Parts: sequence; C-alpha cells; structure tokens
Amino acid sequence: MQTIDLTEVGLRETNKMLHAQAADTNQTVWEITNARGAHAIACGLDAPIEVTVKGSTGYYCGGMNQQATVNIDGSAGPGTGENIMSGKIVIEGDASQYLGATGHGGLIVVKGNASSRCGISMKGVNIVVQGNIGHMSAFMGQSGNLVVCGDAGDALGDSCYEARFFVRGTVKSLGADCEKKEMRPEHIEILTNLLKEAEIDADPADFTRYGSARNLYNFDVDNAAAY
Amino acid sequence: MCGIVGLFLKDKSLEPQLGAMLTDMLITMTDRGPDSAGIAIYGGSSEGYAKLTVQSDTPAEDFDKLENDIRKRVKGKVAMRVNDTHAVLEMQADQIATARAVLTEVRPDVRVMSHGESLEIYKEVGLPRDVAQRFAVSSMTGSHGIGHTRMATESAVTTMGAHPFNTGPDQCLVHNGSLSNHNSLRRKLRRDGIHIETENDTEVGAAYLTWQMQNGATLGEALESSLDDLDGFFTFVVGTKDGFGVVRDPIACKPAVMAETDQYVAFGSEYRALVNLPGIEDARVWEPEPATVYFWSHNAAPTAQEKAA
Repeated sequence: MQTIDLTEVGLRETNKMLHAQAADTNQTVWEITNARGAHAIACGLDAPIEVTVKGSTGYYCGGMNQQATVNIDGSAGPGTGENIMSGKIVIEGDASQYLGATGHGGLIVVKGNASSRCGISMKGVNIVVQGNIGHMSAFMGQSGNLVVCGDAGDALGDSCYEARFFVRGTVKSLGADCEKKEMRPEHIEILTNLLKEAEIDADPADFTRYGSARNLYNFDVDNAAAY
Repeated sequence: MCGIVGLFLKDKSLEPQLGAMLTDMLITMTDRGPDSAGIAIYGGSSEGYAKLTVQSDTPAEDFDKLENDIRKRVKGKVAMRVNDTHAVLEMQADQIATARAVLTEVRPDVRVMSHGESLEIYKEVGLPRDVAQRFAVSSMTGSHGIGHTRMATESAVTTMGAHPFNTGPDQCLVHNGSLSNHNSLRRKLRRDGIHIETENDTEVGAAYLTWQMQNGATLGEALESSLDDLDGFFTFVVGTKDGFGVVRDPIACKPAVMAETDQYVAFGSEYRALVNLPGIEDARVWEPEPATVYFWSHNAAPTAQEKAA
C-alpha cells in the first residue's frame, strides 16, 4: 500500500501521483492521511485503483472519477463526486451539499446523511444514502438511481426527467412534476442490486419509488399565459 | 464566497487562547475572501461599565487627547486603549449615548465600530493574517468571538464595508452571501429613523435586526423574521453578550459546518477552519439545517434550535 501524507506532499503532487497510475498499475491501493478538509482530493482519477482518504474532506473530493474507488474515512464537503463517470465513492460519515452533481455513472455510497441538492442533475450515477437527504435533491435528475434509507427533504426530484428515486422513510415534499410510482418487479431487482453493491442491509420491499410525472415534457397550451 | 468562523467557549480554561484560536481559524479561510477581515471579541465586562470601540484612518491625530475630550463631557471615569487604527473607550454604561454624541462633534471622522459591555470589533481592509496581526488578535482573551473574511460583491472594499457589523449593544452580525432587496429595505429602515452608513447589503441586514429588536423582538424573533423579510442568500452568525447564534436562508447554498465538544461550540464556512481545534477528531460535527435558528448561551444550557432569549 502507498501512503501519502497530504500536508507533507501537497495536493497537486498527490493528485499528480494518482493521475500517473495506468490501467495496469501495480500500485493499486493508496492511503491519503492528514486530509484536514482540503479541497479536490483524488479528483480526476482514471485507473482501477483504491484510494482511502483518512479524515474529512473539503470541496469536490473524488470529482470526475473514472474507474477508481475512493473511500472517505470521515465526512465529505460540498460537491463530492461531482460529475463522477464510473467507479465508486464510499463516504463513512455525512456528505455536504450537491453530492454527485451531474454524475454520469458509477456509485456513491453515504453511510451517514447527505445534505441539500444530493444528486442534482444526475445523469446516470447511482447514489445510495443510508441516512437522510436534504432539500432539492435530484433536481432535474435525468437518469440513474437515488436510494435513501432514511427520509428525504423538501422538493424531491423537482423537474426531474427519468431518474428513479427510492425512499424508505418519509418525503417532506415532492418537487414539481415528481410523483409516487408503483414498485414493479424490475424496480425491486434494481434496488436489490444497488443495496447489495452498497453493502447496506435493507429490505427493498420497504421502499417507495418516485419519478417524473412527465407533465413538463411537453408544452401545454393552457400555460401559454404564464410565459 | 466570504469566510466565517465563530467560537463559543464552554471551558473557561480555553479563554486565554480564544484570540489565537480564532485567528488560526480565520487565516485558514483567507482564500474564501481576501478583501477585508474583522473580528468581534467578547472580552468580558466590568459591572456598570461599557465600551465604545472606534476607528480612524488617521489615528495619530484623531486619538490624540481624545480621552480627555470625552472625559470633559461625560460623567465618571473614561479610559482609552489605542490598538492600531482602533481605540476602545471604556466608561460608565449610562454615558455611552452622550459619548457618541460628543464624538460626532469633536472627531467627526472617527467611526464607531461597536458598543456594549463586553463586545469589541476590530476590522480593516487586508488579508486576515495582516489584520489579525495589526490588532494582535492572537493575544486577546474572551468567552466567545466571531471572525469574517470578505470577498466583496455588493459594495466597495472599505473598512465600513468589512464585517462584523454592530447591531444593538453587545450584538454583532457577520454574513456570507448577498442580499438582493437591500436597497428597498435600506430606504424603509432609514424612513423609520435607523442610521445606515454605507451602501453595503450586510449593514442593512444588521440594521434590520436592530430595528426589529428596537420594536420589541428578541434576537431569536428578529432572526426568525429575517427569513421572511430578507431576500437573497445568507448564512448569518450573530454574537450577543452571552452567546452566539447561526441562521441560514431556506435555500442554504452558502456553506456552514458546526462542531461541538464539552469544551466549545465552533462554526466554520468549511471544515478546514476547524481542524486545529482541540479534540476535533471526536467532536460532533454537522451542517446547520436551512431556515433554522441555532443559539448557544452562557446563561442557559447550550441547546441547538433554541429560540434566542
């Protein structure tokens, strides 16, 4: 295992070292110590490596991730996993606002709670949160799945497209054009697999599915006066 | 951007280190706003006495014999401590209003930074490190304090546009965000006789709280009503003689992190600001909820979401 002390090595050098790893690297396991809430740790990785960050992180940890697994052994700051393409990010603590924003693929697991705007404009990423999520989550979510084992805050899935939301607890309010949906066998299957991949023990049957009512997809002439 | 830090000590043994801890926290937040910096410190009070912290761009001339000029016109003792561009005038609490009136007459260019029994506000244009150094903030002691580093958006980079802002006696406000209805609110408040000095949005926020409290609201009520009457983005941290409070607008896009241990309650715009605090590894760390007033006081058991008294 390669260990990097972030305060000694510095952020640019650390990220440069991680970026230098190729698809067939032998150095597959990395540990970053002394994170101290620094920004942009392990951003832009593109190799099948596993990076564990000891301590809480600041803005954008694991942003634009491809292939790599990033474990955050603490809480994560705003914009963690922003625009993730593939791979996995696991947060042991809580996640701040706009977790996984615009993410195209991969998986983000939060063992604690996630804050507001979780999965905003998600485009294929899967996010599994063991605790609760804040307001305006999955705003304009286009594709992918957001799984919440606790409760969701206000305006879940506002103006969403085809992203799916599975919530075990309560939803404080649904956003515009987001509605409760029937849980069909294919959804139980998706959810079962996501929970398994996230290593979270929960019964898929306890969840409710939400998604787009698709009323905002087309212009409604009755609303002409509103423009 | 802008960076806010706040520290409320529960453990009295940490009080001699308050200034040093706040300085360290504030310097960490420098890259959130390098335009100006300020600190509000609650350094303790003597029974029956109050402090007027004043500022001058030409301290050598303005503070020369100022103590005597004030002493001639107010009752009781007056003591002055000069600290760089600031000076703290201590006098009988009931003489503060008179002293302010005298000050306008004898030193029209001197600005009042704060007034109260315990509160002192120091702020200037410049980086947190330089501002903290010129006022020797590191050596200050106190029970609680708030710091701010500014990235100016709504008004000029000046001393008067720097935070914290003094609202009522012993009360101060720092702000991360921008208020969009400050012009109309300023006109309304000025019509109601509230003194607002600059074109700064936060000063209007501070004046709004002052106005609410003059009309009988508690600080907690004033903060609650700010959620209805202020339009824009804000994370506010307010200081009072006995404690400090936090409120975020309902959208809550301006960051905020809090930490609590048996020794202190701390606030930071980012977790980075908190990493050097003692016992942070085992502290309860969380993000304050939007549109929720949090308040801690030395007078009561420290509880979150308690309405301020």
